[in-house]
Amino acid sequence: MMKTQPTNLAAAPNNWREALAERFRQGNLGSLPVIIGLIIIAIVFQSINKNFLTPLNLTNLMVQIAAMGTISTGVVLILLLGEVDLSAGQVSGLAAAVMAVFVSRHNLPAGVAIVGAIVVGALVGLLQGWWISSFRVPSFVVTLAGLLAWQGARLRVLGDTGSINITNKFIIDIANFRLPIWLGWVFGVIGVVVYALIVFNEYRSRRAAELPVGSLNGVLWRVGVVGASVLAGVAMMSVNRNANAAGIPIQGVPTAVIIFMTFLIIFDFITQRTRFGRYVYAVGGNTEAARRAGINVNRIRITIFMLASALAACGGILAASRLNAANQSSGDGDVLLNAIAAAVIGGTSLFGGRGRIWSALLGALVIGAIANGMDLLALKSSIKFIVTGAVLLLAVTIDAASRARRENSGR
Amino acid sequence: MTATEAAMPVLQLRQVSKRFGAVQALSNVDFEVYSNEVVALVGDNGAGKSTLIKTIAGAYKPDDGDYIFEGKVVSINSPRDATDLGVETVYQDLALCDNLDVVSNLYLGRENVRRSGLKAMDLLNETEMERRATEVLRDLSVKIPSVRVQIANLSGGQRQSVAVARSVMWNSKVVLLDEPTAALGVEQTRQVKDLILRLRERGLGVVVISHNVADVFEVSDRIIVMRLGRRVATFHTARSTNEQVIGAITGAMLPANAYGEAE
Repeated sequence: MMKTQPTNLAAAPNNWREALAERFRQGNLGSLPVIIGLIIIAIVFQSINKNFLTPLNLTNLMVQIAAMGTISTGVVLILLLGEVDLSAGQVSGLAAAVMAVFVSRHNLPAGVAIVGAIVVGALVGLLQGWWISSFRVPSFVVTLAGLLAWQGARLRVLGDTGSINITNKFIIDIANFRLPIWLGWVFGVIGVVVYALIVFNEYRSRRAAELPVGSLNGVLWRVGVVGASVLAGVAMMSVNRNANAAGIPIQGVPTAVIIFMTFLIIFDFITQRTRFGRYVYAVGGNTEAARRAGINVNRIRITIFMLASALAACGGILAASRLNAANQSSGDGDVLLNAIAAAVIGGTSLFGGRGRIWSALLGALVIGAIANGMDLLALKSSIKFIVTGAVLLLAVTIDAASRARRENSGR
Repeated sequence: MTATEAAMPVLQLRQVSKRFGAVQALSNVDFEVYSNEVVALVGDNGAGKSTLIKTIAGAYKPDDGDYIFEGKVVSINSPRDATDLGVETVYQDLALCDNLDVVSNLYLGRENVRRSGLKAMDLLNETEMERRATEVLRDLSVKIPSVRVQIANLSGGQRQSVAVARSVMWNSKVVLLDEPTAALGVEQTRQVKDLILRLRERGLGVVVISHNVADVFEVSDRIIVMRLGRRVATFHTARSTNEQVIGAITGAMLPANAYGEAE
C-alpha cells in the first residue's frame, strides 16, 4: 500500500527529475538553492579573474570562513529551535579576549587558556538560556542585552591596552598550521570510508527490514559524489600553493579546516541521529506538541544555548589565532551578522525546525566567496556589503516562499 | 451494539465535580466507557464536555469523585498517570510537529533507541521505528504517501489519522478524541470515521467529543448528553433519533429516564 519513496537515501537517478519537482512543490528544497548559487558565484568570479579557482585562493577561502562557519554552526542550532542569538559575535570576541589574557598576560598553558575560553562561552550560553526559559523573555531581547554586556565584558578583560598579541605557538598554530600531506590524506580517507560504511549499513538494514530502499545505484552515486568531493578537496590542499616554486612550499590541509569540518560532522551527527537532536527539531517545529510528548523543553533550550555559545567561543579562538591577537574589534562589526546570514543563506529556516548543520558551511562559503572574489577584483567593501545583503535577502525570500508553498501543499 | 451492559466499564468516573472559581464546570457527573465501544459526548458550548475530557485525560484533578480504571479506584494527578494506564487523548490541535515526518511523530517522546550511556545521546533506531510505524498504519488502513513524508505535506484527514494512530500505538485501552472531524471535508471525515470504527474493532474504548450530531449517529454506540455541567441524558444510538438528542442538548426535551430515561 505504501508508495515506494526512498526518503533516507538519495533518489534513484531515473526519477530524480520527479523527485526534484515534488520537493519544489512541497517547499522542501533545503540546500539546493545555495549549491546552485555557489556554482554561479564560482563561474562569475572565475570568468572575471583567473585567480579565483586556484588551490591557493580556495584554500585561503576555507581558512577565512572557518571562524565564521564555526560560530554559524551554533547559530544553526539556535535557529532550529526557532530562537535567535544576537550575542554570538560578542561571545566569540569575549572568548578570544579571555584566551589572550590567560596565555599572554598570565602565562597560563595554551590548553588551560583554550578550555577556559570555551567554558566562559558555555557559561554565557547557560545564563542566557536559563534566563530565556525561566522568565519567558524572548531570546531576541536577552541576547540583545548580551550583545551589549559581553562587549563591555570583553573591553574590561582586555584592559587599558585594548589589544593583546598572542605569541604562544600552539594557539597560533590552531588556525595557521598545515597538516603534513600524508596526514591530510589519512583524515580524508577515514572520513570517506566511515561515511560509506554508514550509508551502506543503513541500506543493508533497511533491506533486511523490508523497508523501501532506493536503487543501489543511487547509494553508490551518493557515496561517490561525497567521496570524490572530499578527496578532491584534500588533493587540492596538498598542492604546493607557493607562487614562487623555488620558495618554501605551502602545502597540506590547514588545521582550521579540519577543526571546522570536525564540528560540522559532530553536530550533524547529534542533530540527525540522536534522541537529543530529534527533540531539538520537535521543539523548533511545535513547542507545545514537544512538551505534551514529555520532552523537557527548557532543558533542550538551555543546552542548545550553551552549545551555541561554546561554538561561538571556538569561532572566536579560531579568529584570534588567525589574527595572532585579541583586540578592541574582536567579534565586533559584521561577525554576528555574517554568522546568522550564513546559517540562513545555507538553507536553515528562520521560522524554526528546518535546516541542517551543513548550511553553516554552505552559507559561510557563499559569504566568504563573495568577499574573497571582490577582494580579488579590488572592489570597495561598500559593494561587498551591498551584494552580501542582497544575497541574504534572496535566501530569506526563498525560505519564506518555501514556507508558503508548504502550507498550501498540505490540506 | 457491541457493548454489553453487564460487563465492567474499562473506565468509569463516579460522582465527579469540578469547580473553577464561581463556575461549577461539572456537578456529580457519572461517566463510563466499555471496551469495544464508541461513546459520543455531546453538548452545547459550556456544557462541560471539555472539562470532563480533560479530567479523564488527567489534565484536571476533580474536586470530588472517583476515577475508576478496570474496576479499581486510581489516583490520577497528571496526564502521564493517565497515559501510563493506557488512556490516550487526541486534542483538537493534534499536537503534531509539522516539520517532522510521520515516523518521528508517531514515536515522539518514546523513541526506539540504541542506548549510548547518556540518555540524550541515545541513537535513534530509525529502521525499527519505520518498520513498526508502517505496520501500525497498515493495520489501521491509514493511507498516506509514505511514512517518511513530513506532516506539513499531509491533508487534514491524514494528520488526524496519524494523531489517532499515535494514540493507539502503545497498548492503549481508552482513546479520547476531541472534535476529530471538526475541520475536515466530506471524504476526510469519512476516513476518520472509518478509523474510529476500526479502533472499536481492536477492542478499545473510544470517547468522541463532537458538535456534529449527524456524525455522532454514524459512529457511536451510545450518546451521552451534557448540559450545564451535568449529564442529562444517555441514548442507545440505534434506538434514538436526531431530534431526541438535539432536544436533550438544548434542554427543550429531556427524556424520562436513562437510555431514553432521565438521569
